[in-house]
Amino acid sequence: MSDENILTEDGFSLTALQAGDKVEFARLVDAYYQVIYRLAVKILGNPQDAEDILQETFIKAFRYLPDFNGRSRLSTWLYRIATNEALMLIRRRKPDAISIDEPRNGDEQDQEPLQIVDWCCMPEQEMLSSESREYLDQAIESLPTSLRVVFVLRDIEGLSTLETGEVLNLSETAVKTRLSRARLRLREELTRYYGDRMGRKPVANEGGR
Amino acid sequence: MAHENCKHLLGSLSEYIDGALGDEICAEIEKHLAGCENCRVVIDSLKKTVYLYHVTSEDPQVPDGVRNRLMQRLDLKDLIDK
Repeated sequence: MSDENILTEDGFSLTALQAGDKVEFARLVDAYYQVIYRLAVKILGNPQDAEDILQETFIKAFRYLPDFNGRSRLSTWLYRIATNEALMLIRRRKPDAISIDEPRNGDEQDQEPLQIVDWCCMPEQEMLSSESREYLDQAIESLPTSLRVVFVLRDIEGLSTLETGEVLNLSETAVKTRLSRARLRLREELTRYYGDRMGRKPVANEGGR
Repeated sequence: MAHENCKHLLGSLSEYIDGALGDEICAEIEKHLAGCENCRVVIDSLKKTVYLYHVTSEDPQVPDGVRNRLMQRLDLKDLIDK
């Protein structure tokens, strides 16, 4: 086993990484530091915190690589470290405000659509203006943490349901449920925002047809 | 969305737009959509919501200096000493 050069799915030498090879580790850092940084910004909403989490993530990764068992992808493992670090930071800041395992009452309920405005025909340029992009970020920050992390991993980072479950220690069913709730809440926020921008007062749902 | 049918479908819409549902429930949803404009608007705006976050997923740019500070930090003894 010790003579073999085991490669990860993304082409890194696990053998070298686990032996503490700094050149291979630097290659790993270069491949993933941008995605890890962005993940942290989106979970924490703050560039300075994100930079701290980025550094902690790779310090821990280096330290614990010898324990990496290869059962998940290396990238999933890095996401897991980063997400845990970010959640611990949030917990330290607001010890009572968050539980990723047991969301507080109401945090996870279905958001029944209240805003029924068809804003989909807006020009994409306007939907993606710098002001709109800022609003997209704010809307994510308004989500309860337990929903936000799932949304960020699935819909922004593009992890599969299974991988997201591995990162967060959640069943696939729990991932799907939280993703659904996060998306419905964001849809509501964006409908309010883009509906206003369309210059139309959003029409409250009056019961359909 | 005030109809019982609409509420009943709400929890499935996310998987529906991912194409992750079985034929039977898809058919049920599509039958409902054909007669419910509100639900069509909700589905379209739900898809657009996911799309907008997808196309902005590379935001923000990583600021200058982040990589250098990271590499510097990783050479500290923190990392070498277990």
